[in-house]
Amino acid sequence: MHVIETGNTAAALAVKLAGAQVVAAYPITPQTPLTEKLSEYIEAGEMDARYVPVESEHSALGVCIAASSAGARAFTATSANGLLYMHEQVHWAAGARLPLVMCVANRAVGAPWNIWNDHQDSISQRDTGWIQMYCCDHQQIIDDTLKAFRVAEATSIPVMVCYDGYLLSHTYMPFAIPDEDQVAEFLPPFRPSYALDPGSPANLNTVTLPEVRLDVNGELAHGYMEIRYLLQEDLRNAVQVVEETDAAYQAIFGRGGAPLVEPYRCDDAEYVVVGMGSITYQLRDVIETLRAEGHRIGVLGVRLYRPFPDAAVAAAVRGARGVFVMEKALSYGYEGALCSDLKSALYDHLGELGTAPSVKGLVAGIGGREIRTADLADALRSGLAGSVPDPNWIGIQL
Amino acid sequence: MGPRGYRYKTSHSQPGPGDGGATGSWRVQRPVIDLARCTPAKRGKEACFACWLYCPDVVVSRTIPPQIDYEYCKGCGICAEECPTGAIEMVDESAAHEHED
Ligand code: SF4
Ligand code: SF4
Repeated sequence: MHVIETGNTAAALAVKLAGAQVVAAYPITPQTPLTEKLSEYIEAGEMDARYVPVESEHSALGVCIAASSAGARAFTATSANGLLYMHEQVHWAAGARLPLVMCVANRAVGAPWNIWNDHQDSISQRDTGWIQMYCCDHQQIIDDTLKAFRVAEATSIPVMVCYDGYLLSHTYMPFAIPDEDQVAEFLPPFRPSYALDPGSPANLNTVTLPEVRLDVNGELAHGYMEIRYLLQEDLRNAVQVVEETDAAYQAIFGRGGAPLVEPYRCDDAEYVVVGMGSITYQLRDVIETLRAEGHRIGVLGVRLYRPFPDAAVAAAVRGARGVFVMEKALSYGYEGALCSDLKSALYDHLGELGTAPSVKGLVAGIGGREIRTADLADALRSGLAGSVPDPNWIGIQL
Repeated sequence: MGPRGYRYKTSHSQPGPGDGGATGSWRVQRPVIDLARCTPAKRGKEACFACWLYCPDVVVSRTIPPQIDYEYCKGCGICAEECPTGAIEMVDESAAHEHED
């Protein structure tokens, strides 16, 4: 069935279809309508779940951590400073290997206070050990959120599904709602790898020593370092799990095929613009304009940001002369995080060949600054002519 | 490649001595029970056992007399603090070793 609805509704429908059993969230713009929808579904009996109202985002994720530890499929959602407020628990959920799903309606972080879109909130959670997916439209929001539950449960790693606040969360677009029976086939009920059991009491994640030890039963128990190494190993392997999950989804629903990176007119491209989220679809228009002017240019949307699909990113821009990275976030004091990640992938995969393209970072839409298609085109034209604008923040007025 | 099952990827521990490692090596002071003042030891009956109840590492036995497993006793002194008869003295480890020698 197709509907015309908001991005937040797309996320809520996915959570309902996924049969999340516990939802705990604190309202924050622009995520609020998503959690309101979920509480409506639960209140109306359309969704068999427990909605736990909490006094903060830190508690929201705390509830989800507890619910997941007890073997329930759990979901939360937030934005901006709400995500920052839960940061400690964000690390915790990954270290505890709990397969939670969280939607992030991306919003700029304070100070100064701002409710509009950029990616600083979720990018600043890059190093927490979560899987991060970035959606470009409403269909991807509903599809990715469903896939996120399966990926999380297959890897025992929590997944963050990120989509642009307002630009996607509040706009209306047509999208297909997956059929309930097919979802049941794709996502069977959650079978936890471990669940708290009063019959066999245990402490989870208490002080864990630097060294390995024998536990009370005389069996090997890992130290902190082994546990953290296995998170890293499983995250790196999760690239493949994301691909397999997408293939399974595509086989049932007929949508997907580009879960890591989504190239648009990159095959013959001399230049590639790389970005994440809705801006990559806006860039498709820009690219058409520039192509009409004779430039061989394409767009690469990075759909999976963590684990970073370095090989896929490098392969997608291999052969290009130049790459422009268009970002809505920064590692303050250096450059955009995606720009650094991409350079590092090129160094690893193309460095020896001496074929790595030049890379230039551009920043756009910080704090919801209007991203005018004409400005994007102008910035790229000057980049194609040899130098990106200085400063490289598109639309800045200084 | 070492073990990769879920239990190896997470930190679990069960109540029992030693699941926090060989915590006896942390000890600076050692609790020593004076049996002449310890209620169950004196009466030969199950009684008191406040030390058994309060020990956070479950290393005091509920026996007559109570016994402390020094392999895991971390020397926190809670048992000495809680003992209603003042039967437990915290003795410097160095002094305890000299005594043993
Ligand atoms: S000193 Fe602490 S750890 Fe040792 S027996 Fe007493 S209460 Fe237990
Ligand atoms: S608390 Fe003191 S008196 Fe009571 S059993 Fe322990 S050592 Fe004996």
